[in-house]
Amino acid sequence: MKEFIENILDMAKLKKVDYADIRIVRRQKEEIEVKNGRVEAFVEAEDSGFGIRVLFHGAWGFACSSKINKREMERVFGKALKIARASSRAIKGKVFFPPREGKVDRYRTPIVIDPFHVSPEKKVELLLRSEALLRLRPKVKLSEAFMDSYKTEKIFASTEGAYIEQTIIECGAGISATAIEGSEVQVRSYPNSFRGNFATRGYEWIEELELEKNAERVAEEAVQLLSAKPCPSEVTTLILDSSQLALQIHESIGHPIEMDRVLGTETSYAGTSFLRPEMVGNFRYGSEIVHVFADATYPGGLGTFGYDDEGTEAQRVPIISNGILVNLLTSRETAPLLGKQSNGTMRADGWNRIPLIRMTNINLEPGTWTLEEMIGETKEGLFLSTNRSWSIDDRRINFQFGTEIGWEIKNGKLGDIVKNPTYTGITPMFWRSCDAIANRDHWQMWGTPNCGKGEPGQVAHVGHGTAPARFRNVQVGIMKNT
Amino acid sequence: MIGLERRLAYLKRIVEEAPFDQTEVVLLTEDSSLTRFAHSTVHQHVAERNATLILRGIFNKRIVVLASNLFPPSSVENLFEKALLIAKIQPPHEEFLSLPGPKPIPEVKTYFEEMERLTPRKKVETLKKLFQKVKGKGLHASGSFSNGVVELFVLNSLGVEAYQKYSDLVFHLIVHDHDGSGYASFVSRNPSSLDIESLAQEATERVRRVPEITIEPGEYEAILEPYAVAELLSLLGYLGFHALAFQEKRSFFCNRLGERMVDERVTIYDDGSDLEGLPIPFDFEGVPKKKIVFFDSGVARGLTYDSLTAGKEGKESTGHALMAPNTEGPIPINLFMEGGESTLKEMVRSVRKGIYVTRFHYTNVVGPMRAVLTGMTRDGTFLIEEGEIKMPVKNLRFTESVLKLLSRVKSVSKERKLCSEGTVYNRRFITGVVAPALHVDGFYFSGVSQL
Repeated sequence: MKEFIENILDMAKLKKVDYADIRIVRRQKEEIEVKNGRVEAFVEAEDSGFGIRVLFHGAWGFACSSKINKREMERVFGKALKIARASSRAIKGKVFFPPREGKVDRYRTPIVIDPFHVSPEKKVELLLRSEALLRLRPKVKLSEAFMDSYKTEKIFASTEGAYIEQTIIECGAGISATAIEGSEVQVRSYPNSFRGNFATRGYEWIEELELEKNAERVAEEAVQLLSAKPCPSEVTTLILDSSQLALQIHESIGHPIEMDRVLGTETSYAGTSFLRPEMVGNFRYGSEIVHVFADATYPGGLGTFGYDDEGTEAQRVPIISNGILVNLLTSRETAPLLGKQSNGTMRADGWNRIPLIRMTNINLEPGTWTLEEMIGETKEGLFLSTNRSWSIDDRRINFQFGTEIGWEIKNGKLGDIVKNPTYTGITPMFWRSCDAIANRDHWQMWGTPNCGKGEPGQVAHVGHGTAPARFRNVQVGIMKNT
Repeated sequence: MIGLERRLAYLKRIVEEAPFDQTEVVLLTEDSSLTRFAHSTVHQHVAERNATLILRGIFNKRIVVLASNLFPPSSVENLFEKALLIAKIQPPHEEFLSLPGPKPIPEVKTYFEEMERLTPRKKVETLKKLFQKVKGKGLHASGSFSNGVVELFVLNSLGVEAYQKYSDLVFHLIVHDHDGSGYASFVSRNPSSLDIESLAQEATERVRRVPEITIEPGEYEAILEPYAVAELLSLLGYLGFHALAFQEKRSFFCNRLGERMVDERVTIYDDGSDLEGLPIPFDFEGVPKKKIVFFDSGVARGLTYDSLTAGKEGKESTGHALMAPNTEGPIPINLFMEGGESTLKEMVRSVRKGIYVTRFHYTNVVGPMRAVLTGMTRDGTFLIEEGEIKMPVKNLRFTESVLKLLSRVKSVSKERKLCSEGTVYNRRFITGVVAPALHVDGFYFSGVSQL
């Protein structure tokens, strides 16, 4: 393989390209879904290929193929060059790509048990046992359990001398109970909705999730929701559990701080950002207790890796300090516009996609409160848990979320369950209203395995570490008028 | 053709040699390109060639799906062995009856050779013309220009042998300046029908050179362009028009088939052979697609089925299977809404005070049983006063039951447009919705996007 790679990079140098890199990627995926006592899907998939990115005459070209052999690589290199040459006829200015020496290194996700070495029987049995517990409640009409495992092996090499081999292993699992009565449909999930919680860890992560232990509670809450009162429509104090806060961070901090969105290069699909480069260093994003890091080094985070897909080493960088925006997620091409170097966020969804600026682990630092204190010092409000729906505008200003469940807070105590809770807000106003964040004991990592961006579409696996937090004067109960 | 015959022979051999009770193979090949531009400069330009084989084996009512893009797979025997191992650990899928048998598939023209001649250079020349045109109006262009040729093979051990080659082109255009943006898109199987001048004209018309005003949230009359309507229809299809949602009692059609649910001007159907859409005449099980009417003059009528959901009810598949493994159900992907009597201009003229919506962004489900959705407007939202489009307004959030909305239809446009997100995750499979514009009463805008 190394010989094929060297051949392409030599060709690139002979053609006097400004820069070129090649990524060879092989991915294995196993997805298991159990529903109502049967295996709904057991999928094993393998996918491999290579992509060549060329910077020529100041413009990018990229081509890729699933056939990995010398002849096809040469064809694909020629195609990438042709594309770059054509594109150079329709650019306003040449791409500045700061030169540097390429690294030679290896990285492998540290794991205890390789999920691909665990027998399919063991996995299916765990899911069937957990799912069966959900069905003990007769009103639970749909009981589901999920487990997904991924192994990505990739080689990155560039004309700057980089040669980086990485193996990233990820897995996750979850359960979900849907209770139905008449036209009322209510869902509860554990540990998170949309297939569970995911991490760059081995099968030991699945075992730590304790799916069976949580199944009966999840089913019970789904049934309770059928007869729960509706979420009130009012402006109130809101406490979000850490799983919902993870998605709040994702949508209203993670995406707006992507430098490509800030620069408008994602306009056509995902949208832009309300942030501008000149706001770095002075914009009040949140209250003084809001500290956010982009941390691609956090052990087990779903956005943890050794190097990004431009060969930049994984980093931990402050994004919001004392509530002030201090940095953005950048690439080698965009960082110089902030007078900085790339903070290593360029990742591609496989061999057939170009790297884009993607979240790593965007983590909200823990505060000083216990959750009990936070609820105890709230006279009136709502405590919401587990995402059910999400929506935010193309500049990431106006958001609206729905959660699976909520509890009233009355005089410092959790009260009745409320169904169909929703809340809405304006991004910086919301984060500025944050007046309490729970401490390290309540802090945990959440993996989001379905972050979509780019054209052709790319799915990134990203992480968010957070503890529950409290927000004041939030509009809740948007469904009331419908 | 030699390549085609070789591939067919290879797939037949897999089906014949497979050790399962029933076997299905799907092969999807792709040769595609996508050019992205922002601020009137090309910044991403990619090409891909890929082929994916999906093997579905049924063994004692146990179902296994294996997918590989190693073509030919390194060892078919290893695939079989792995599939049998996985099958044996499962409880039987008692509701599964059988894969479908062969049926005649109608001939539909889905491939235009001109697509193969759309080189990177030609695409860039088209974009240069576009950039010049919008520059002349002091505007910038951002968007994407995607084209591809795909071949789909579906074979099974009961004799299904379906093959279709199709081409598609999707062009998304946002024209913008500091004050606002306008949108237009084009999607077709035939690249020669792309008219970049008229596309630029359509998007440019939506950019007003005045600052946006803020309007208060509340209920308004609204004109929804086909782009906005298409998005709502897609989500209706996902939530309620298919048999799996109905059988699991989570469809808004539950207990309501035969009932008038929406305005009589509303007729919505799925037709995989209609050339006005993006036709593919058979589904991922090789079953020819039937036309299914969901709302017939406002009355809830039909559902889409694949072989699994049809088997549960002793019915025949309607030809709406998606790519295995599909746990979401036979979601319709060739949706149409019938046009009405009015022109879009007439519809606007009939509004005393209302909101004009070009398109929605990030629409998501809030309440599935009532089809309550939320989303934001984008790229051209205007205040209509006394029958005229007046000021651009800041983007608005809606939170609204689409079923209730379709009960408050005041008029439906004659004109219809093929709309497509065109977004491709993993494998290229472009779908589209043919939608008219709608004039609706009491559209609930629940928020405004402003700092």
